[in-house]
Amino acid sequence: MRQRTRFFVILLSPALVVLAVVTFIPFAFLLSTSLTPLNLARPTTWWNFGDPLGNFRELLTDHRFLNSLGVQLRLSVFTVGFQLLLGLGAAVMLNSRLRFLETIRALFIIPMVLPPIVVAIMWKVLFTPDISLLDWFLGLLGLPEIAWLAHPRLALPAIIIADVWEWFPFTMLMLLAALQMMPDEPLEAARIDGASSWQVFWQIVLPLLRPAIVVTALFRVIESVKAFPLIFVMTGGGPGTVTEATNYYAFLQGFNYSMIGFSASISVVVLASTLLVSYLIIRLVGTHVEVE
Amino acid sequence: MSRSSETPRRPPRGPRKRLGAALLYGQVLVLLALTLFPVLWLVQMSLKTDIEAIRMPPKLAFSPTGENYVALFKGKFARSFGNSTVVSVATTLLSLLLGVPAAYALSRAGLRTDRSIALWILTTRMAPPIAFAIPFFLAYRAVGLIDTLTGLVIIYLTFNLSLVIWMMRTFFDGLPRSLEEAAAIDGASPLSVFLRITLPLAGPGLATTAIFCFLFAWNDFFFALVLTRSKAQMAPVAIVNFMNYEGWEWGKIAGGGTMIMLPVVLFSLLVRRYLIRGLTAGAVKG
Repeated sequence: MRQRTRFFVILLSPALVVLAVVTFIPFAFLLSTSLTPLNLARPTTWWNFGDPLGNFRELLTDHRFLNSLGVQLRLSVFTVGFQLLLGLGAAVMLNSRLRFLETIRALFIIPMVLPPIVVAIMWKVLFTPDISLLDWFLGLLGLPEIAWLAHPRLALPAIIIADVWEWFPFTMLMLLAALQMMPDEPLEAARIDGASSWQVFWQIVLPLLRPAIVVTALFRVIESVKAFPLIFVMTGGGPGTVTEATNYYAFLQGFNYSMIGFSASISVVVLASTLLVSYLIIRLVGTHVEVE
Repeated sequence: MSRSSETPRRPPRGPRKRLGAALLYGQVLVLLALTLFPVLWLVQMSLKTDIEAIRMPPKLAFSPTGENYVALFKGKFARSFGNSTVVSVATTLLSLLLGVPAAYALSRAGLRTDRSIALWILTTRMAPPIAFAIPFFLAYRAVGLIDTLTGLVIIYLTFNLSLVIWMMRTFFDGLPRSLEEAAAIDGASPLSVFLRITLPLAGPGLATTAIFCFLFAWNDFFFALVLTRSKAQMAPVAIVNFMNYEGWEWGKIAGGGTMIMLPVVLFSLLVRRYLIRGLTAGAVKG
């Protein structure tokens, strides 16, 4: 038995050591960097812990940071909201054992597995005037040509449309799995009692689906922080700062302006919020949701 | 397992039901067309010349040209495509090499650390990429790993290693232990039980996990953007470079995009049953 234990320790330790090195240490390093005014162009800022909370104080009054929180909030709320609606609709439509639908289901997953950069390029093409099929089509309807991505009010909606397209298959798959695990009995009983299919959906299916909807939404909220390639390719945060979400702002500060310390402090804030949501997921569903 | 609730289970009979089914098919096909349209649009652009690619109204009947692909293969893009392949394969092999034994040990040792491991894995997978990018960037600058393939392989371990541990663990949990026990009674060492008996049985799980690792590395844009310059440039970053000041090379952008999405689409269709498990590793058990 002792031999077995030793064997397991030998199998386990390399992975745990590597995992610790590539995750624990970087997190600690990130945290300590966020307490310094590190600027790559100025060597004196290395390991300067003179004013550890300086960055965080600055964040509170940094208009661009506060603006980025608002952008992120709008981006998250609208993308997750529409993804849930569209995903639920698609899941209900596809929840069937008809052969045809089972075959076709696979094709719906394509958007979410594509390289995000390719998704960004596709939508850049569709939203760029002169070369865009969308604009040509609007033109046929007699509508004016719109430069979506350069328009202060339409740039964020354009990104939201692209993001909804990219990730509604995920909400669809999650909710479809939940629908398929749903017990038949309450539904049958309601139908026998004469409920219309609309009533069955609203009063039985939807309430039963609620936990799955909550978990799916939380997953998407966390992931919505990562819309980086869409913003990078489609708008670059512009026009002005209307599409500058928090993650993107952190990237600009760190890698365009070399303000690594400041960027690290933004990342710490984003990371802390992410942890909070992850923790909520675990609290809500225990360690696992059962799927399939 | 799958019991449908809303829609009919058998092909419906009677004219009214048939109409209902036709409506349903209609809706599904419309949604499918909308879903696939941007993808197909990019593919058809890649088969046109730069001028034709962006001509409006578009010509739908055109004689396809392979010139974009030829140009991509002759240019620097070929090298980036190679880099992407090498890095993705290398990080997959390394993650499996480290992660599979660990997953096996966790599955068989019956440790009561499930919850903390799940939480840790979920956290590292959910962390915003910039939180890793900053410390790795600083460390790589110090040790000269910026713009190297090795540097990318290492940073991809941050998400792939925990993914392997989590997914393989659930696969190992699903394998019967009776064979292992029988072999152990016959005097086989724990190592040979693992290598000769368990591992071959876990083949499908290994393949699925490997595909996920490959896809996550292959699809990455952010780390490749921040940690490389030119030598170790990956395909997704190379495409973005076709959007330059002299004008956008639409044909090449579309061609390059098509090339990096093709393997992804093929592989994902193979593992589609496990997609949810792979994308929510740490929280969802298949």
